[in-house]
This record gives sequence, C-alpha cells and structure tokens, in this order.
Amino acid sequence: MALRQCAIYGKGGIGKSTTTQNLVAALAEMGKKVMIVGCDPKADSTRLILHSKAQTSVMALAAEAGSVEDLELEDVLSVGYGGVKCVESGGPEPGVGCAGRGVITAINFLEEEGAYDEDLDFVFYDVLGDVVCGGFAMPIRENKAQEIYIVCSGEMMAMYAANNIAKGIVKYANSGGVRLAGLICNSRNTDREDELIIALAERLGTQMIHFVPRDNAVQHAEIRRMTVIEYDPTHKQADEYRTLARKVFENKKFVIPTPIEMEELEELLMEFGIMEQEDESIVGKTASELAA
Amino acid sequence: MAALTREETEALIQEVLEVYPEKAKKDRTKHLAVNDHEANAKKCITSNRKSLPGVMTIRGCAYAGSKGVVWGPIKDMIHISHGPVGCGQYSRAGRRNYYVGVTGINAFGEMNFTSDFQERDIVFGGDKKLAKLIDEIEELFPLNKGISVQSECPIGLIGDDIEAVSKKATAKFGKTVVPVRCEGFRGVSQSLGHHIANDAIRDWVIGNRDAKEFASTPYDVAIIGDYNIGGDAWSSRILLEEMGLRVVAQWSGDGTLAEMENTPKVKLNLLHCYRSMNYISRHMEEKYGIPWVEYNFFGPTKVEESLRKIATYFDDTIKEGAERVIAKYKAMMDAVIAKYRPRLEGKKVMLYVGGLRPRHVIGAYEDLGMEVVGTGYEFAHNDDYERTVKEMGNATLLYDDVTGFEFEEFVKKVKPDLVGSGIKEKFIFQKMGIPFRQMHSWDYSGPYHGYDGFAIFARDMDMTLNNPCWKTQTPPWKKNDDAAPLAAAA
Repeated sequence: MALRQCAIYGKGGIGKSTTTQNLVAALAEMGKKVMIVGCDPKADSTRLILHSKAQTSVMALAAEAGSVEDLELEDVLSVGYGGVKCVESGGPEPGVGCAGRGVITAINFLEEEGAYDEDLDFVFYDVLGDVVCGGFAMPIRENKAQEIYIVCSGEMMAMYAANNIAKGIVKYANSGGVRLAGLICNSRNTDREDELIIALAERLGTQMIHFVPRDNAVQHAEIRRMTVIEYDPTHKQADEYRTLARKVFENKKFVIPTPIEMEELEELLMEFGIMEQEDESIVGKTASELAA
Repeated sequence: MAALTREETEALIQEVLEVYPEKAKKDRTKHLAVNDHEANAKKCITSNRKSLPGVMTIRGCAYAGSKGVVWGPIKDMIHISHGPVGCGQYSRAGRRNYYVGVTGINAFGEMNFTSDFQERDIVFGGDKKLAKLIDEIEELFPLNKGISVQSECPIGLIGDDIEAVSKKATAKFGKTVVPVRCEGFRGVSQSLGHHIANDAIRDWVIGNRDAKEFASTPYDVAIIGDYNIGGDAWSSRILLEEMGLRVVAQWSGDGTLAEMENTPKVKLNLLHCYRSMNYISRHMEEKYGIPWVEYNFFGPTKVEESLRKIATYFDDTIKEGAERVIAKYKAMMDAVIAKYRPRLEGKKVMLYVGGLRPRHVIGAYEDLGMEVVGTGYEFAHNDDYERTVKEMGNATLLYDDVTGFEFEEFVKKVKPDLVGSGIKEKFIFQKMGIPFRQMHSWDYSGPYHGYDGFAIFARDMDMTLNNPCWKTQTPPWKKNDDAAPLAAAA
C-alpha cells in the first residue's frame, strides 16, 4: 500500500500521545509498518513504544553535534514495539528559542535523509496541543500529512480546540491536499458524550471515527511505559484500540472541514447541557450595580 | 530658476505615476510633490510610511539604523550583531566612519562581531551563546570600553532575553553592556532603528556619569549626529575649536563611550543630522536643560550662518571667535569658488539620499552656482520636509521613498547635469551617461563638512561633472547612423 501520513491534533492534555501510541501499536499488530514523529518539545510521543522516559530528539542531537547536517538517520531513529520506528523532533525548554522552527528543521531532516522509505505503511505525527505558529502546522503542509485526526472529548474546551484545528485545516486544505479524517473521542465520561461528539463531527462535515471509553488499563500500562496492546493484549481496552486501528485503516472519509461559528458551537453545547444559557443582562455589571 | 515650470513638473509626476496599478498610484501620489513655498509640508508630501510591495525601494532596516548609523561608529565599544552572520558582515566598515585608534586593540569599528546564528540557536535560543561571546570578547579584546548587542530579526521572534544577558555581563565585567532591540522588521525604514538606538543610549548610557566630577568650561559643546564620514566631524570640530568652543563629545563618528556619558555636562548640543539624533537631543534638553541647535556645515554660506547661529548661545568671546574664523577662511573660500564656480555655474543637480543631506548640501551647490532641481529622502518624516521646502527652489521636484522606476524616469525627463545618491543608484545613472556622485559615502572621498570639506566637495563635483570621459563617449541611441559603428567594428 501507498504510504499514508496522518497527523494527530487536539487540545493539550486530551490524550493525543497515549491514543496515538496505542493506535500505532494496534496497527503494528495488524502487520503494518509504522513510524511515529513526535512534534512536541516535551518529546513524550514515543515513550510507550520504546519503554523509555524520553527519546533523545533530533534537535537535542543536532545541538550536541553542532548542526542538523552532522546527523545520520540512525542517530535519531529508534525502533520499538512491533517494529514501530520512532523519532522525536524535540526543541527548547519552555520560554526560550523557537519550538516551531525545531519541528520544521526536524521534519526537513527526516525527509532529506529518506526516513519516509517505501516500506512504510503509516507515518503518524503527534503534534503539540495548539497550532500556535507556522512550525506546528508543518506536518499538514503540502506533501506531509494528508489525514488529520482530532482527539477530543465532551468537555467544552476540547471541542473549542477541535473546531479551531478544523479552521487551520481549511487554510491548508485549499492550498494542499490535507483533509480532516475524523474525530477520535477519548472519553472523559461526561454526559451523552458520544452523541455530542457525533453531533459536532456532523457540523464539521466529518465523522466520529471511534469512541474510546475510559479505562484504567491505559494508566496501568502507562506506568510501565507500555501500550495496552503490549501490556495486556487480552484486555477489552486493547480491543477498543484495535477497532480504532481497523477503522483508521479502512477510513475513506476525508473531507475539507466546515468549522462552525462560536455561536453555533455554544448552541450545541447548550443543547447538550454543557453550557448554561448566558444571561446578557448581567454582562459588564459590577457587584454593586447588580445589587442596586 | 527651476528646470521645469510648475505645470511641467506636475505633468511629469502624473506621467510617471501612470504605469502603476490604481492602488499603488494612489499611494505613490502622496509621496511625490512639486515644491511650493506657500504650502504646508504636511499637506504637500507624505512620508515615513510603509514602502509598496513590488517596487524597488532604496531603504534600509531598523538594524541598519541602529548598528550601521548610530552605534557602529562608537569606536571603543564592540557592537555585537546578534543573529545570523550576514547582517554584521555586510554592515562592517561600509560607511567610512573614520576614527583614530588601533583596530582590534582599542578601536573596533571595522570589525564584525557576530553570534553567527545556526539552526540550533534559533530553536534553543541564543542567550547562552551571547553570554559566551561576551566572555570571549572580554578575553580577546580586553581594552574595549563596553559592548552593545544589536538585535537582528530572529531575536525578536524567538524572544532571546538580551536584557538579562546584558545586565549579567555588566555586573560580571563592570562594563557598560547595552541591549538594543533593533530587529530589522520593526518599522518602515532605518528611521525607527535610529530612534531605538537613541532610546537605548538614553536608558543605558546617558546618566552613567551624573554623579561624577567633571571639569567643565562655559564653552563646552557636543557634536551630535556627525558620523565622521571621510573625516567630516574632524573638519567641523576644528572650526568650533578655533572659535573658542570646547568639543566634549562627537556623536558618534570617532566617538567614545566616555564622550557620550559626559555629554550631559555640556552647555549646548550642536545637532547636524536632525533625523537620526533629534531624540537624544530632546531628551538631554528635558532631563538636563541643555539646549540644542541645528547647524549646517556644507558650503561657506551655510557654515558662516551656522557659526554665527551657534555663537548666539555664548558670550562675546565666542561671537568674536566666530567672526574671526569666518574671516580667516574667507580668502580660501573665495579662491575655491573663483576656481570652480565658472566650471560649474548653472549646472543642475538631483539628489536622493538619507538623513540630512537632501537639504543640507543644497547651499554648498548654490555656492558653486549650481541648482538642486529635485531632492528626496529615503526615510524622512514630515519635520524633515518642513525644513526642506524652504531650502528648495519653488516648483522643484520632491520625492519621498522614491522607487527605482520613478527616480530613473524623473532623471530622464528633468535631465540634470549631476545625480547624487547611493551605490545602488550609481551605475544605473552612469550607464545612462549622467555624471554621478555617491552622497552617502562621498564616493570614497571627503570630508565635505566645514571649510576644508568644501574645497574637496568643489573639486569632486568638478572632477565628476567635467570629466573628459563623458565627451569621448557617444551612446548608441545618440548616434545618427545606428548601424554604422557596429559594422565598422566588425
């Protein structure tokens, strides 16, 4: 099969890295050849596959060697569970330098060095929560990821983020071939969560590709720096990730998203009781004004 | 009289604007004007606006304004170009700011100090590298009196904390280390860089010796805004000294950090380049009550006026001194004019330069019987044009942030005998068969300031205009029989 490049976006802390690695482990189990490219200065996108704390990143090695031109592919590429290839772009500690440039540099390096070899079936980019600058949009530019999966949950901010990411995709969809491939609901056990995400997906013109229920097995595996697939293959949560992997593998629904206006999103949230109806009469009033 | 009538000049502007698309035409219209002594400069010309995308502008950037103009000439400080290597390398020694000192020992003007950014410095930040660079400078060039950190573009994007590094280095070495936020993308031209550089001097230099003793005299002055190009500040300084003043500081050509720190002790600031250093002059007026006066040392008429104007701020000793100086050089100036004026009389000049010259050199040309028929600034503000309108003849051409196309078209139509502008313009006009002088660098000549400078200025203009080479060449389009010379050559 031709190489499919996918990027995983979503609000910070939503479980992108965990979901990506479990999904990738399940694909590997299916016999697929997969590479993960972590695009986050924290460099924690591959730890469950490699059983390591944090993989030494492209940028860290480049800083050590002098420049990225001094590196070889094997210096930065590690192979973990199921033959999954792992790379972390890396970047600066918070508050200094330019993390976005780190992502650009790392991805260019991987391309030039031929990391995307013909044997690969999938590349997954696990991207920092917010697309704060052009660097973090690098994975969805031309000739990079064609499919975007957004991890979200039934929480308000996660849905705001999903809608914003959809807006970013529209920008690049018009100039390149990037498409929204679906929402992955990583459950937080909120009320009517699945219905809500299905409704949001519909508004965005896409699908909820899978509803991943919340299960402590994920945390149990994480403590051991493993995916559920590897730690407890017979667990029902492992099957959830296998289902997700199969759906991703079979996915044909790639769309240019139709992000919605703030009002529409708020209406949706109100419909599902996540957000209260706003009382316009109190806006901008101080406590004393309200008392009077 | 002007080369063209008012109507002809207006028609010329319209004709040149014709090629632009509607929006560009609307914008550029505001930057081109026919000089009118009656009109308000604010109404007649727009300046200090963003250049249009797609045109060939001649402007520089904020870094050029700070590092290249204001800070660079301060000879006993080391000016770090913080960022990739190019900005520092291409601004190294290019402005011919002469200085006395041993380069690499106690003066550093012609050298390039840079943090030479690589990809990893962008990603991980350049703070540590900057700190290390300052350590190395201290070790290799211990006689430097201070350091300035001139920010190149990426610094503003990646957020290097150059203030923190500078403060730490100041404490560590007990020297002045000045962070300057002059990233090139800020503002519309080099002009903002001058302002930022002035502000950095205000914040990090000006008050440094407030508490220290200083043996003043009633005749202490500072030269502000003279970059000593080809020795300009020197040929100015001798006149001031001869009239009895004591020049405490030169800003910043052949200047030192100590001179700048001592400037708040002077009685009067003499401001030559208003555009690049009016900010610091105003600051010293507000904080220390030091008055400032603009002067013009191009050509004997303006020198004379300026010497007398400066003298009005002092007692009779200085006033007599001014007269004495004027009298002393009178014969020499008369001789220069007697020699060159007959050779240059009636010649027309078009200028396009930077800070002060588009108006300041007009008088020098007039002393030689020449007329400036068109002038313009790269980065002027309205107050510059207010000062220019008075100097230029009525119905002459004014062009702000002129584009390559406009300048060429104007020259083709106005047909001046001499064009004065920069290196990027030089060869275009020479190839058009028009004598040209670089008026930024004095074409590797100078000084042009003061009485000594005028003698050189007059000689250079004559040498360029009356160069026999212009007579030996007949450009192909001026030949009657087009095909013949080619056939003959073959």
